[in-house]
Amino acid sequence: MTLKQTLLHGFWRDLPPFRLVLGLCPALAVTAAANNGLGMGLAVTFVLVFSNLIISLLRKVIPEDVRIASYIVVIATLVVIVELAMKAFFFPLSQQLGIYIPLIVVNCVILGRAEAFASRNTPVLSMADGLSVGLGFTMSLTLVGSIRELLGAGTWFGLTVFGESFEPFEFMVQAPGAFLCLGVLLGLMNAWSRKRGEIFVQT
Amino acid sequence: MDLVLLAVGAIFVNNILLAQYLGNCPFCGVSKQLSTAAGMGVAVIFVTTLASIFTWLVYHHLLVPLDITYLKTLAFILVIAALVQLVEIFLKRHSRVLYDALGIYLPLITTNCAVMGIALLNIKHELGFGSMLVFAIASAAGFALAIILFAGLRERLLLAPVPVAMRGTAIALVTAGVMSLAFLGFAGMVQ
Repeated sequence: MTLKQTLLHGFWRDLPPFRLVLGLCPALAVTAAANNGLGMGLAVTFVLVFSNLIISLLRKVIPEDVRIASYIVVIATLVVIVELAMKAFFFPLSQQLGIYIPLIVVNCVILGRAEAFASRNTPVLSMADGLSVGLGFTMSLTLVGSIRELLGAGTWFGLTVFGESFEPFEFMVQAPGAFLCLGVLLGLMNAWSRKRGEIFVQT
Repeated sequence: MDLVLLAVGAIFVNNILLAQYLGNCPFCGVSKQLSTAAGMGVAVIFVTTLASIFTWLVYHHLLVPLDITYLKTLAFILVIAALVQLVEIFLKRHSRVLYDALGIYLPLITTNCAVMGIALLNIKHELGFGSMLVFAIASAAGFALAIILFAGLRERLLLAPVPVAMRGTAIALVTAGVMSLAFLGFAGMVQ
């Protein structure tokens, strides 16, 4: 892939968590509000860019047999950095995201990109891939968070959008709403893909 | 009595999958057949129990005395990854039957956020050893219950006239939402 293609593929062709059905847990768990989705997305983007860079630099050094374990060590180190930085600079957000920040370690998007892209491409391309997929993920999470927050609480990024008369569907900010919202969005994306005639098979 | 409440709470009220959203990748990935879902469920109960014991011990007897609790993410993932690998080797050598049943699920479990999530929740809820054990087993049993029920539903879905665009993961997520709604009925049963 060229640099331009690499920079753009994360926004539609390999958009997580819809196209790559990876990283569903944070997409469901932290999207009760738009700003949580945005914060989580940016944290994942940071980890993804640097894990791709480091893994790409080390791709000739890491032995084939222990590669997954090596990737996990790299990712976990970066996640600890994010965790500490969030606690230091964005304390309220880090309280809201709770255990989902350490759980970035087991976010399969990151391990998936390391295995599928960074382990066989140059550092610059790998960073571009991390940036693209990470920002795609941020975009999806913010979208899901916006929909759930708007319908479930009548606010957007904490600002009241609908007036007093709006009765929020509380169900949207709870667990069932997360599944339903993601499922319906995925269905809409599939329908749009089919209309444009893209070949896209999802099992 | 407290332990019973803790167990009921972990299985039904705060179901790890449907209320806390942990372990969704295997939930969607390996729930197409009842038999594989059951295998995954049992493997998760097994690994979670072991992982919770080890991470709890590492946290309370290594990280806390050394005052390096901020490294728990790194320490826990290493413990879990090493543990999964060891369990795989051990089962291969000593219990062929169990290995044949669980073997293929074990590598997947390293990146199953339910295992890591339960290990982190044990610490967050400040549980003692006994209640940690009950909580871990009950949470994993909740995962197994949800994935087995879900696989049953998905087997039926194959025969249902689902709109083309919603087929596959999309309808699975909506189904999970409906299941989650049913589990919401347990809310308020236990604090």
